[in-house]
Amino acid sequence: EEDGEFLGMKGLRGQLGRQVADQMWQVGKRQASRAFSLYANIDILRPYFDVEPVQVRARLLESMIPVKMINFPQKIAGELYGPLMLVFTLVAILLHGMKTSDTIIREGTLMGTAIGTCFGYWLGVSSFMYFLAYLCNAQITMVQMLSLLGYGLFGHCITLFVTYNIHFHSLFYIFWLVVGGLSTLRMVAVLVSRTVGHTQRLILCGTLAALHMLFLLYLHFAYHKVVEGILDTLEGPNMPPFQRVARDIPVVSNAVLNTTAKAIALT
Amino acid sequence: FPGLADVSISQDIPVEGEITVPVGSHSPDEDFSTLDEPVKDTIMRDLKAVGKKFVHVMYPRKSSALLRDWDLWGPLVLCVSLALMLQGGSADSKDDGGPQFAEVFVIIWFGAVVITLNSKLLGGTISFFQSLCVLGYCVLPLTVAMLVCRLVLLAGAGTVSFIIRLIVVGAMFGWSTLASTAFLADSQPPNRKALVVYPIFLFYFVISWMILTFTPQ
Repeated sequence: EEDGEFLGMKGLRGQLGRQVADQMWQVGKRQASRAFSLYANIDILRPYFDVEPVQVRARLLESMIPVKMINFPQKIAGELYGPLMLVFTLVAILLHGMKTSDTIIREGTLMGTAIGTCFGYWLGVSSFMYFLAYLCNAQITMVQMLSLLGYGLFGHCITLFVTYNIHFHSLFYIFWLVVGGLSTLRMVAVLVSRTVGHTQRLILCGTLAALHMLFLLYLHFAYHKVVEGILDTLEGPNMPPFQRVARDIPVVSNAVLNTTAKAIALT
Repeated sequence: FPGLADVSISQDIPVEGEITVPVGSHSPDEDFSTLDEPVKDTIMRDLKAVGKKFVHVMYPRKSSALLRDWDLWGPLVLCVSLALMLQGGSADSKDDGGPQFAEVFVIIWFGAVVITLNSKLLGGTISFFQSLCVLGYCVLPLTVAMLVCRLVLLAGAGTVSFIIRLIVVGAMFGWSTLASTAFLADSQPPNRKALVVYPIFLFYFVISWMILTFTPQ
């Protein structure tokens, strides 16, 4: 660069141009780093991850035990580690269920569907319930709602884990009522303890119970086409059901499936 | 300055010396030295670093080489090769070849980012890219398992081959989890190791599951 040339301007104009460009760069960089440190600061979430493993285990077990005292506001831990891990576990279990039932997703991927379903349920229903709670004057914050619903997914995880591997229809219904029911009862009881007024309690609890139980039903039937595969192939001649539908399942569950097929054919 | 009254420099002795302060230690890759070397040297140096990290993963010992000089070349190569090998393994192969590759890619990188954020939020002392580097390199045993599975599937797809593949994938899954735990769990407070290990376990479990349920068309 001769004569302080900057973008074609020589001499004093070149130097001035360079200085102006430098200053604009500095100001822009400062603003960008300030915005970044404000919004992308993960330290905002740090207090919600401050848990010990014993606490997580205790909360998991507690999520299946409905509380009896509903006249006193129950304590909800505003923690996000447990719920997040449960949602990811549900995604993994869903993926397992989709693969063993040969679900074919046309527009999208298996993983995208699983993640979208689980996170959509957790975040969407939490926000909706928080909105309803705001309308019904319930004392609950957004993080507490996220935490409550997240821990309520523990029942879903157990149910789906068992019933995706052992394909008895009646077993699923028993698990749906017992396990799903217990975790729903717990969430409902905690919400009731924080709401005043009969109508409000009814609205909140009815909505939550319906959504929670229906979600479990949906997860079982939408991603578990083995039952339909069995019903389909009952018309075919001597074809064992599982060879047409799923892939790479060991011979053990072939026997289980044959039993299931016979049981369904009998009813 | 009274104390300096007796300090004097005679006029005819010239004062000489260096006015610049010498720079302490030269970093191993100063700009001018690595720009001028032949391309083969640069590539060989990077390849050697990647190879050394592969060895560290296969024999996990308490060494900080993986953490200190992190790089993402190894994870990229492993991720791409795993995704390529997992392609074409679905029922409807004409429109599922594409998403299968993208799925694996997204799972690995998205999963690694989530685990890293989780370990940072739990109070870890490791940096973002170091953690990504470790998690990516520890996919190596699973890539080896995928190779073995493909070879076994060439021979047939019966029960025996399933049992062999189950054992191989299970062993490699355990190895991956142990290797990454050996590197990552040290940076956590001691009573919270389980909280960090669980997402890593889930992550490698999902990848192992994808490898195990792979059937070529």
